[in-house]
Amino acid sequence: MKLAAKLVDLRKDYVLKGETVRALRGVSFDVPVGDYVAIMGPSGSGKSTLLNLLGCLDRPTSGSLFLGEDDVSKMNDNQLSRTRATSIGFVFQSYNLIQQLTVLENIEVPLYYQGRLSKESRERCRLLAEMVGLQERLSHRPSQLSGGQQQRVAIARSLVNDPYFILADEPTGNLDSATTEEILRLFENLNEMGKTIIMVTHENDVAGRAKRIVRLRDGKLQSDTTLREGPAQSRSAESASAIEEIRAAIGSDSNKAL
Amino acid sequence: MTFFLRTLQLGIKSLLVHPLRSLLTVLGIFIGVASVIWLLAIGEGISRQAQKQIEGLGADNIMVRSVKPLRSNDQEASFILPYGLLREDYFRIVETIPTVKSAIPIREIRCELSYRDRSIDGRLVGCTPEYADITKLKVERGHFITDGEVKLEQNHCVLAAKVAERLFPFEEPVGRRVYSYEYQEFYQVVGVVRDRTPTAAIGGSLEAQDFSSDVYIPISTMRKRIGDTVVLRRSGTREGETVELNQITLRVDKVANVLRTAQLVQETLEPVHGRKEDVKVIVPLELLEQARTTRMMFMVFMGLIAAISLLVGGIGIMNIMLATVTERTREIGIRRALGARRRDIIRQFLVETIALSVLGGLTGIAAGYACRPFVAMLRELMMHNTPTLMQSLPEVVRNVEPQVVPFSIPLAFGISVVIGVLFGLYPAYRAAQMDPIDALRHE
Repeated sequence: MKLAAKLVDLRKDYVLKGETVRALRGVSFDVPVGDYVAIMGPSGSGKSTLLNLLGCLDRPTSGSLFLGEDDVSKMNDNQLSRTRATSIGFVFQSYNLIQQLTVLENIEVPLYYQGRLSKESRERCRLLAEMVGLQERLSHRPSQLSGGQQQRVAIARSLVNDPYFILADEPTGNLDSATTEEILRLFENLNEMGKTIIMVTHENDVAGRAKRIVRLRDGKLQSDTTLREGPAQSRSAESASAIEEIRAAIGSDSNKAL
Repeated sequence: MTFFLRTLQLGIKSLLVHPLRSLLTVLGIFIGVASVIWLLAIGEGISRQAQKQIEGLGADNIMVRSVKPLRSNDQEASFILPYGLLREDYFRIVETIPTVKSAIPIREIRCELSYRDRSIDGRLVGCTPEYADITKLKVERGHFITDGEVKLEQNHCVLAAKVAERLFPFEEPVGRRVYSYEYQEFYQVVGVVRDRTPTAAIGGSLEAQDFSSDVYIPISTMRKRIGDTVVLRRSGTREGETVELNQITLRVDKVANVLRTAQLVQETLEPVHGRKEDVKVIVPLELLEQARTTRMMFMVFMGLIAAISLLVGGIGIMNIMLATVTERTREIGIRRALGARRRDIIRQFLVETIALSVLGGLTGIAAGYACRPFVAMLRELMMHNTPTLMQSLPEVVRNVEPQVVPFSIPLAFGISVVIGVLFGLYPAYRAAQMDPIDALRHE
């Protein structure tokens, strides 16, 4: 089985005011391609630290983190940037869109930093926007969109570089229940067509929609529960057609992890 | 290319998020650049006026004078000594050196001149009409030597004020005739020039010149009536000399060309006069030096003031950009998370500061060109409203015509870009050094 991410005895220490805080104390688990993992834990359990490591925003103190074949734990700043640009799709709680850019331009940002802007890439961004249901809003600014719509833009943006996995940090934390449902369904659809998703959340309902829940406590792995194998949800007719749409948008050969 | 355009587009978009702030930043550079151009232009204007005054003293003149060589033994036999400038030299210089604007051949002979029972020891100066102009002689009565008189070799003369006073204390000199006993010639007075204060010796290169005993006649007349050979009687001995021209005064087209032209003149004369050493090229070095110093003084002074205003503009840019960096911390975090390297962030912020300063630079240049009409308008306005104040200003300031110095345009523009880079670099560096995690957490 191919792995999207592999964590081997991952440790992270911080020095705060002369005192060493051991945020992660040796965490190991694998994330196979096509998985949908929810990472849970109380505050101070190390989930933010783990998220930062998985997002290549930080380097572990020791241990290894493989994304695909590459060990990112030894990479320098430029290489980490490159990895973020090419291999990770971020979705944040507060959407984190760039305010002065339009929807389409926001989706393009990761490609811009790879120097891969072209007519084709723009077309791809348009398809992704269409896929998340924002075809009418391409030239709108984030401030003109609702929270759910902004999160859809963020999801489209996370897909544009065809990443190993989508890293979602409390993606529904700022949304009402109806919109939360929409976004979770979008994640499920993406997962069904093979996209790997790693989601940090503290809400049990949200975590329950994943295939697998990894719980952290005091910087250690507390439990790793597989909820279900295979397709996440029973396919409704609606979601089946949505999947077809997504497949068309991204292209079948696009997922490098597949 | 697309990448660069995209970066620029992005920069402009970001700047437009705060149009007023960006505008004020541009204004800082705008004022800096415009003031560089303005101050240099005004400095140049004033220094040109000052230079004109210096030129009035003869900074653009080169004098080539005949110098009597020391008698050598082999010439003992002949008592008439030929030396000095030839008419041929004059033509050669005029025809071969393009920077010479005009050239005046001059022949001077000391002789006694009389009218009735009064006589003076005068200096007969054979010259052309331009002589009055080049030596700043002003005609008081009648006229100076004319081209016609030179051509017709007429026996006409123009008297210096002192000469007129001594020979004609009670009569009107114009129309009378003065007599030279030595050459048995009569010269009809056609004009009197105003008294001219003798020029002071300036440094070592220009000798003092006294015009008070001069009597000007056409050089052609002098050649025809008196000839080139003059016999001097001195304490019982008789000496003679043959001199075609005592001096050629050259006027050069530009002060800047004086030294080069003098060099050329020297080279032109070298084959004929080199061995005899009977000519001397005199350059008003001190005047040239003074003109140069004046110019430099103004340039440095004005440039300094302008540099200060550019510095202020630059600090303005830095201030704004630092504020922008703080304000956009979160955006920086997002961009870093999405794959921007440190240098991408630096580039982005640099592009923004450069865009600001280039815009300021371009508009500043446009305003720089408006300097002349603006100063003219200001002068008009002040003349109208505060005439006494205007009168109290020195003439050089009152009449200043700003001259946009060509090099000030690229200079000001270049400086504005450099300032944009320099003062943008630190904020950009600060932005790039941010930890993406902290930046993302920033509210």
